[in-house]
Amino acid sequence: MEYAIIIIAAIFVNNIVLAQFLGVCPFVGVSGKISTSVGMGGAVLFVMTLATVVTWLIQNYILVPFEITFLQTITFILVIASLVQMVEIILKKLSPSLYGALGVFLPLITTNCAVLGVAILTIQKDFNLMEGVVFAIATAIGFTLAMVIFAGIREHLDNMEVPKGMAGVPIALVSAGILALAFMGFTGLV
Amino acid sequence: MSQMKNFTKGFIKENPVFVLLLGLCPVLGVTSSAFNGLGMGLATTFVLVGSNSVVSMIKNFIPDKVRIPAFIVIIASFVTIVELVMQAYLPVLFEQLGLFIPLIVVNCIVLGRAEAFASKNSLGSSVVDGLGMGLGFAFALTLLGGVRELLGSGALFDFKFIESDAMLVFVLAPGAFIALGYLIAIINRLNKKNA
Repeated sequence: MEYAIIIIAAIFVNNIVLAQFLGVCPFVGVSGKISTSVGMGGAVLFVMTLATVVTWLIQNYILVPFEITFLQTITFILVIASLVQMVEIILKKLSPSLYGALGVFLPLITTNCAVLGVAILTIQKDFNLMEGVVFAIATAIGFTLAMVIFAGIREHLDNMEVPKGMAGVPIALVSAGILALAFMGFTGLV
Repeated sequence: MSQMKNFTKGFIKENPVFVLLLGLCPVLGVTSSAFNGLGMGLATTFVLVGSNSVVSMIKNFIPDKVRIPAFIVIIASFVTIVELVMQAYLPVLFEQLGLFIPLIVVNCIVLGRAEAFASKNSLGSSVVDGLGMGLGFAFALTLLGGVRELLGSGALFDFKFIESDAMLVFVLAPGAFIALGYLIAIINRLNKKNA
């Protein structure tokens, strides 16, 4: 039951992009097409889950026992950066086809604040490891969902006649706002 | 390029938010009021100036291959300084900005300036560049925060103009996207006129 609440809250109520504004850069930058959005979502799901597990272990078995939690920011970002690099190398060796699908998106993820954000949120919310994993997966699904819906809207926008000044990013942001408005309907669900 | 031009380019012409579209997460996340926007902007400015100056000082000692991780460690150190200082002296602001303070590390502007500018230029111009870009970022955040606060709660820097709540949606999440969209459209138009 508790897991169900975490999942619904992370996907719909506190959607990471539309309600918490994490990962807006790829949301605006990569979401031109539905297919690339799905690829990006897959890469984020993968890295976010791994990063949450590793940072949770580091926080609870290294930083807290040695009382150096003020180093959290530095440690986490280094872990995530090296993790991304490692995933890239391993994927290249083990599964070239998966690497082909996710490869281009991996380097972009280091600067995706959603990954670091979820790692820190998991610590702040005092989740245990299992809850952290569920939270990370659900958040990544929420991210993918928002990206795919938004990409669908943008594909349609390309065929519309938009006033000159609003063309491109401005109209995309305004439509993202309307999408966020729709997601606000989920408020109070859990 | 003269130092003056180097300093002012961050405000309108190469404004990191309105023109380069970098670092949008904190831009949308913390600008529910002008004061929050200003605080976040100044914190980012400090990190930018600090990381830019250190990077330009040690640019000749860092091997090319490990430069990005090295930059990230430098940036993360300055972010930690901001975190600790703010927690001690500005606890209310720290509470409101919350998660977005540690997330300055992954703000693309900071790493972007370190890589694109500070690693190639002298200490002096790197500091000026960091200051200009940072203040341009702060300017954008304050402007967006001001617009949202004015439309959403009828106030500016906590000074109430009207008593009742105005269009509350502008303080909430959707308003952030919509207000930023229109601001970018206006800035685009201004830039075109100047050019």
